Amino acid sequence: MNEGRWRLPLRVIALGYVLLLIALPVGFVFYRAFQHGFLAAWDSVTTPDALHALWLTVVVVLIAVTADTIFGVGTSLILARHRFPGVWLLDAFVDLPLALSPVVVGIGLILVYGRTGWFGNWLAQHGIQIIFSVPGIVMASATVALPYVVREVLPVLQEIGTEQEQAAATLGASPFTVFRRITLPSIRQGLAYGVTLTTARVLGEFGAVLVVSGAIEGKTETMTLFINTSVDNIQLTGAFSGAVILALIAIGVLAILGGSDERRSGRWQSRSTKSPSDTEMPLLSTT
Amino acid sequence: MPQGSLTALLGPSGGGKSTLLRVIAGLEKPDAGTVEIDGQDLTNVAVRERGVGFCFQHYAPFRHLTVRRNVAFGLEVRRRPKAEIRDRVDELLELVRISHLGDRYPSQLSGGQRQRMALARALAIEPRVLLLDEPFGALDAQVRQQLRVWLRELHQKISVTTVLVTHDQEEALEVADRLAIIHEGRLEQIGEPAEMYDHPANEFVMKFLGPTTRLDGQWVRPHDLVLHHDTTFGGQPAVVERVTHLGFEVRVDLALRKGETCWVQLSRGAASELRLAPGDEVWVSHSDLTPSAAPSTAAELPAR
Repeated sequence: MNEGRWRLPLRVIALGYVLLLIALPVGFVFYRAFQHGFLAAWDSVTTPDALHALWLTVVVVLIAVTADTIFGVGTSLILARHRFPGVWLLDAFVDLPLALSPVVVGIGLILVYGRTGWFGNWLAQHGIQIIFSVPGIVMASATVALPYVVREVLPVLQEIGTEQEQAAATLGASPFTVFRRITLPSIRQGLAYGVTLTTARVLGEFGAVLVVSGAIEGKTETMTLFINTSVDNIQLTGAFSGAVILALIAIGVLAILGGSDERRSGRWQSRSTKSPSDTEMPLLSTT
Repeated sequence: MPQGSLTALLGPSGGGKSTLLRVIAGLEKPDAGTVEIDGQDLTNVAVRERGVGFCFQHYAPFRHLTVRRNVAFGLEVRRRPKAEIRDRVDELLELVRISHLGDRYPSQLSGGQRQRMALARALAIEPRVLLLDEPFGALDAQVRQQLRVWLRELHQKISVTTVLVTHDQEEALEVADRLAIIHEGRLEQIGEPAEMYDHPANEFVMKFLGPTTRLDGQWVRPHDLVLHHDTTFGGQPAVVERVTHLGFEVRVDLALRKGETCWVQLSRGAASELRLAPGDEVWVSHSDLTPSAAPSTAAELPAR
């Protein structure tokens, strides 16, 4: 095949695709946000409702991502290290949120935790409100974003195997020390990427949150819901400015956790670069 | 295993050698039996409290730590003072001759260097027993040869009780001062290498430790057989089928009576003196046999 002849068209197609689907729409959102000046944009996102939406989004991200990270690492360890009947079920369930529509996730939560749901009565008696409240939003977000940490960490765990952990144990390390000093550093890059994806997913989640939150302005309205409400009310500057804020947070997280990434340099390099050959080794004589 | 010895667990792949080593280390639980070190029953003691140094076949380096930190790991976990750790690591790197590589990462080391790093790491905790799983298995032939010599010298220097697993009988004979032959999960024989080579407990051990051939229905070592052009030294008649020159040694395939065959391993010198050619009629006998003793002792001789 003549590589040279295809190089240019391939680049044009790839660039065009990205331009039309991502760069152009996002660029226009930025442009429209600041169309009436920075001040107008600033004012539109510093209303009490907007600030509350931002605050709620940050809270939901912090709780849901933390929960998904802990659950994700734990589940990965179980899937990678333990063999027991039914382990495949866990494996399958972890992927389920990827296949389900977020709206279905939201409806499911209502069916179980809503006022008329399974636990509804019990919860109401104890004064706990999950649906149309912050706990419901956190649960919906955590469910939807659940697979990402597992899918990033599990392959790394499987690749590194258990020998390093066993070696650490023979050297006197307790299980917790082994996890903290050997396992965790080994999965660090995969974990960082998984957390990045989880954060992005929680930040941007709309459908599931819409269903369980009721989108009560100034109460259960996250940033994505705020944007939606703004569009409905034809407050377009607010909608676009809110979108810009979400985008900036996502970019920030990506830069901190995933951007510096040794994923490209570190993890892959160690396999591709040739290690020094033994024949170059200075000859050893202990005498 | 006696204190300070270097024992090789030798046997074909899949025979349970590595499993035995892992049981000693506590990485696997025995179905039955006990593990004792220095007369202390360690069967139910956790891996990390056993004080064994374990070198994995693929070294299991901590990839995210430098060579120094790898070696220091066992001491850091034990919360030794920083200065002590530094001195001890220096000492160990010197011992295994990789002082100049302390700040590198395992991925920047060659296989042999990784092997020595793993050894230093295991020795850092001053183990009561050092366990090596196929220590040279992942190295190329030349490096393997160098490391064998080095390991034996190292063992003389530090004389920690060592058990290594190998499927290479040459390696075991060269490095170890004691052998344990393991086959299909059973211990076939344990003892000193030379003793076992000459007096194997059974056919399996005999075959596994070196070349064998059959004469008079007995297994013998082909280099213990001699050939003569006449019957002065006794033995039995044979016809030379093939003469193969393999560098230092010469292999002679013989056809015996009743369609049996055997082969003899000769030195180049001995072979050229005999001037053997296919079709020659020769007399083959055991080299231990003196001419007069030949007939009467032939039957009992190779009964080993």
